[in-house]
Amino acid sequence: MEEFEEPGPEIVKRFMYVNRRAPYGTIYAHECLEVILVAAAFDQDVSVVFVDDGVYELKKGQDTTDIGLKNFSKTYGALDDYDVEKIYVEKESLEARGLTADDLVIPVEVLAAKELGEIMAKQDIVLGS
Amino acid sequence: MAYECNGATVEADEEGYIIDISAWNPDLALLIAEGENIEMGDDAWEVVNFLRNYYEEYQIAPAVRVLTKAIKKKLGADKGNSKYLYELFPYGPAKQACKIAGLPKPTGCI
Amino acid sequence: MKTMLHLINKSPFEKNSLDSCLRLAQSGSSILLIEDGVYAAVANTEHAHRVAARTRDLSIYVLGPDVAARGLSDSPLIDDITVVDYEGFVDLVAEHDANQSWL
Repeated sequence: MEEFEEPGPEIVKRFMYVNRRAPYGTIYAHECLEVILVAAAFDQDVSVVFVDDGVYELKKGQDTTDIGLKNFSKTYGALDDYDVEKIYVEKESLEARGLTADDLVIPVEVLAAKELGEIMAKQDIVLGS
Repeated sequence: MAYECNGATVEADEEGYIIDISAWNPDLALLIAEGENIEMGDDAWEVVNFLRNYYEEYQIAPAVRVLTKAIKKKLGADKGNSKYLYELFPYGPAKQACKIAGLPKPTGCI
Repeated sequence: MKTMLHLINKSPFEKNSLDSCLRLAQSGSSILLIEDGVYAAVANTEHAHRVAARTRDLSIYVLGPDVAARGLSDSPLIDDITVVDYEGFVDLVAEHDANQSWL
């Protein structure tokens, strides 16, 4: 009979993904989303942040039919299925663009820079675009 | 590679996932399933249709654990478990069912 | 409290990376300006006052070789910004718990 080593306690790290780019002008936003979904398999403590033009990634009503790109704003809705539940949007970035949480495709936690900065400072790994 | 289906040629990648999602049709699904040795009964179709709806809504093919959870939520625990799904698609419900559904390889499949 | 090293490699005249970093960086953390980010270390630019205002609660560094490469060695830098070489860069990364690149 084969013996298996008892797995040690998993080390869970705090991963934060910071989105700062608008969705279709460059590939960054889409790539970052793909990374989040792939990395979600690793059962870490994941949070996703939208700052600056990153908030445009979540703008409701995107229709990419005529630009020939995938409308990946729909994919943020799957984050919950991938067990990514901490989704933060910076209040200042939203307001600067005349947006509110109601304009976004998914429910998010809107935080002022001060509170968001505090959460950011507690991360083990911060990845962003 | 490519599939020949109803007189049309449908391009696929080297693993058999079709390139143009809009080229999919049920006959093509049966053809892909045949190559995978999958019998397309009602239960298998239910999963394939579930995946197509998931893709329509979220624009991704879900990883297997995500698919299992989502099916459980929608169709109940009898179907939302790996045993049931692996019986229908022995080489991986996400991989095989996605291929048959004409979707890309699942996102987050490692 | 963890210590974060913020890395900025974009010119403040081109991108808002510096502003966003200054908005979110917590007191006691550090900023290292590299590549085109070094333009933010120069005194008397329209961005200088915002950087200078944070030298009190943040440690701000600039990478010397990138300053020299851009012909800025003789330009006055903002007071209290520390110039580091590549070794200093490595030390900074090692001394902090985590780092964040504001691309």
